[in-house]
Amino acid sequence: MPIWEFLQRYSSVVMHGTWVTCLQFLLAALVAVSIALVIGIGKLSANPLIRGACVVYIELFRGTSLLVQLYWIFFVLPLFGITLPNFTAGFISVGLNYGAYGAELVRGAIQAVPRGQWEAATALSMSPFARMRRIILPQAIAIMLPPWGNLLIELLKGTALVSLISVTDLMFQAKQINASTYLSAQAFGTALIIYYLFARGLITPSMRWAEHAVARRLGRS
Amino acid sequence: MVRFMNVNKSYGKLNVIEQLNFDVAEGEMVSIIGPSGSGKTTVLRTLMTLETINDGVIYVEGKPLTHMAKGGALVPADERYLRRMRTSIGMCFQSFNLFPHMTALQNCMEGPVQVLGLSKKEARERSEELLHMVGMIDKRDQHPSRLSGGQQQRVAIARALAMRPKVMLFDEVTSALDPEVIGEVTNVIRKLVTEHNLTMLMVTHQMGFARDISDRVCFFFGGKIEEQGTPSELFGNPQRERTKQFLSAVKEAI
Ligand SMILES: Nc1ncnc2c1ncn2[C@@H]1O[C@H](COP(=O)(O)OP(=O)(O)O)[C@@H](O)[C@H]1O
Ligand SMILES: [Mg+2]
Repeated sequence: MPIWEFLQRYSSVVMHGTWVTCLQFLLAALVAVSIALVIGIGKLSANPLIRGACVVYIELFRGTSLLVQLYWIFFVLPLFGITLPNFTAGFISVGLNYGAYGAELVRGAIQAVPRGQWEAATALSMSPFARMRRIILPQAIAIMLPPWGNLLIELLKGTALVSLISVTDLMFQAKQINASTYLSAQAFGTALIIYYLFARGLITPSMRWAEHAVARRLGRS
Repeated sequence: MVRFMNVNKSYGKLNVIEQLNFDVAEGEMVSIIGPSGSGKTTVLRTLMTLETINDGVIYVEGKPLTHMAKGGALVPADERYLRRMRTSIGMCFQSFNLFPHMTALQNCMEGPVQVLGLSKKEARERSEELLHMVGMIDKRDQHPSRLSGGQQQRVAIARALAMRPKVMLFDEVTSALDPEVIGEVTNVIRKLVTEHNLTMLMVTHQMGFARDISDRVCFFFGGKIEEQGTPSELFGNPQRERTKQFLSAVKEAI
């Protein structure tokens, strides 16, 4: 079947899958960013208990495979009385996993803000919370945006795994089409191109734009 | 106003301040001079509570700075107490340390709004007045990256003053500046001395400036005050050998 006809026949299925992937990406990114901020800042806490908990979190989620984590959250947690629908289990797993990587980006960026900024904020008697929120984080964000761009692309690719717990994302639909038609090249070729366009056509330009916006706030452009 | 009592500060085995006893009266302008590594910066930083001291007590306005009274004894102060004590002290740094993501005006308003709880309007009026005083009112909407070193340091002075501190600390505020702009910063400090009744502690390498404006000059050596006196005493007739050596070495450098 020519690709042209293939697209005509399966476009609505592919579109639906793309839409689900899009949602998975956005929700997982939201989870990842939130977790990364909490764990990344927590890792710098003066309290050894908080610090320890954050180290354990990062080790656990970076040291084991995302697929195993996904199965744990979807198949094992119900045994402990926590049952999540597959859609929710999907983006939460991906978010928790990439959040652990993001936490290191947050920690690194915070530590890269010059010492003098902490000291100037302290000399103004700012509280630790105000110091972080008003002075340190805005500068840390400028430092960590470029690596976050890469991480979000990784996260997008990671969402393909949710098809394994039957979330009807782009990868799931490609597999379905392949299974029923054996048009492997067309099915997976289309998926490949859409993932690529999503990453390079949407995520990369958005991050560029965000970097410019932040640079402008720093009076640098 | 400020009193160091038997203060010790060490980094590991290195004793940076040893048994320091040091008083600064209200409204007094004290300059601290001395060779590099003699602990001058550390004295200011302990007073700003950027460093903790190992032993002794620092008093500000009669209240212990790093300790608080609890059940009749002095215990190390908690964060909240420290924060309250800090509001009476302001500090300017060698490297300015302006907040790069804020304009000159926002830099000055940040403390009054976030810490003192002033309204935006009050903070803006206060900040604009101070930016005017340091000659930076025209640049109020510029980010630090657009300002020269001398301009940044003047904004930093305005930012510290916006908190209405009782004690101001200046740590080599002209050392990072090109020679031709040093004057614009020293003139601001001069103005503060003549027009305001601030207590000031200034670490400096500019002997001429220290001589001009100080009530008292302290020569630090090895974490102690080796010699102190009025500018004419210390510069005109130094008693200790180390002071003489230091002053002649500085003179040769010029
Ligand atoms: N954070 C630190 N850790 C270890 N040693 C330090 C630290 N800060 C300062 N020192 C040391 O303390 C001594 C005094 O430093 P400082 O007060 O900055 O001297 P000054 O300002 O008179 O040049 C120096 O020997 C310096 O190397
Ligand atoms: Mg110094």
